[in-house]
Formats: sequence, C-alpha cells, structure tokens
Amino acid sequence: MTTATYDDTSVTVDDEGFFTDPGQWTEPMAGQIARELGIETLTDRHWQVLKFMRAEYAAKGTGPTVRVLGKTSGVSVKELYQLFPKGPAKTAAKIAGIPKPRGCI
Amino acid sequence: MAASATIEKVSIIVSKGSLEGIYPALIMANGARAEGIEADLFFTFFGLDAITKKQYDHIKLATVGNPGLHLPTLLGGLPGVPDLITRYMERKMEKLDIPPIPEFIEMISDTGAGIYACKASVDLFELGEDDLIEQVQGVITVGEFYDHAAGGQIIYT
Repeated sequence: MTTATYDDTSVTVDDEGFFTDPGQWTEPMAGQIARELGIETLTDRHWQVLKFMRAEYAAKGTGPTVRVLGKTSGVSVKELYQLFPKGPAKTAAKIAGIPKPRGCI
Repeated sequence: MAASATIEKVSIIVSKGSLEGIYPALIMANGARAEGIEADLFFTFFGLDAITKKQYDHIKLATVGNPGLHLPTLLGGLPGVPDLITRYMERKMEKLDIPPIPEFIEMISDTGAGIYACKASVDLFELGEDDLIEQVQGVITVGEFYDHAAGGQIIYT
C-alpha cells in the first residue's frame, strides 16, 4: 500500500498503482493517470469505457473483463485494444480508479 | 506484479485437438494480450481443428485416456458420453465467462494476436486455406514460425 498524488490530492494505491478506494477518485485525476500510462489524450471513446468500468464496479464489486467490455460497453474488443494498447481491462481500471480486475478471461 | 523482469512477447503452439488441449492455449494467449504482452498462436497437427471451419464448433473433451477426468475408460468410451461430458464442461465454462471456442478465437484475433496454421499439418490433412477460419493470417512453415517468434517466449501445448 502506498500513496500517489493526482489533481493535488493524495490517494491510496496498491503496489501496481491501482486505487484501493474508488471513492478517492475524481474525474480530473484521469488525464494524469492516463498520461503516466502512455495515453496522451482521453477521448470520448476512452471516457465511455472508463464510465462503464466504474458503473460495473459499483454494481458488481469488480471490474469487467475484456469480454464483458466488448459485449456491453458499446466499444468493440478491437477498438478497446486500440484505445488501451497495454490491455484494456487493466489500463482502464487503473485510469478509472478501481482495483485491478482479477479475471483470467 | 512489481517484478523487475517482464515478458514482452509469447508464441503459443497448439498441437492438440481436444477441448482440454485447446482452451489453456487460448486462455494464455488472451491473457497475454490483456496484460499488454504481444501474442501469436500457431496451430499444428490436431490443434488445427481449432481453426478449421468444419471442426472448431465441435471440439470434444477427451473422455478416454484422460485420468484427470476420474471416469473409468470403458464408461468414457460409450456412445454419447464424450458429447455429454463436453456439454457439461461447456456449461460450467460459460458460467465462468469463458467463451465457446469460435467466439474465443474471434476475440483473440480482435485483441491483435496473430493466428497461424502450420504448413506441414495443413498439407498432411490435405486442407486448403478455404477450410480454415477467416481469422487465420497465414499458413506458415516452421522456419517462418521461428521468425515470428524471434525475441519472445515459445510455449508448447
């Protein structure tokens, strides 16, 4: 457990940089986290995924898998990997301020 | 993981045509892409069934000669038993959000992973490119496979 500072606010993250308390996350933090992960600009398409991630987490207590994202977020698997080349579920979870999804699929 | 070493690329060889022979390779390829690792799948010998139009929706679990199933061999050989056990396993996997093989391969292809068929096996089974699913990017020789795999890890299943 360690802390990071986004949007001038100190937040708690795990060893890999995932938020441990999604309640500490605010939208203005997303751009900075994304840049740290190599995504320069968050487009509307990125935001569609990020908002879906947070809604799924709020409803189910865990982030969605890529398969679920591809089927229900309105963004295809192909586009997900274009938006988040280093792994959509993992990268989007980090930017959206939710814990790392632990599914195998 | 906070490990200092990282895996950047994997090339996974699929040589078996049974359900339990194919799924681990697909899960590993898909999981690699999910972690941002480059991945290629190379289907050889009976593994070709997983990318053959006629077969890939009819992959069966091996119910004979499979001690891990804990089913007597004689029972596993009875007519209908392979289908029954396969359907049972497929239902269990669906509950765990593991897609059926055709959907899984399409999804893996969409993640940007490469899907290749082994030329020697395609020749052996007298298959044409039309017999293979559209996601197959090429029928390649073993030498070409090593070219693709250069700089990464090779996993044989």
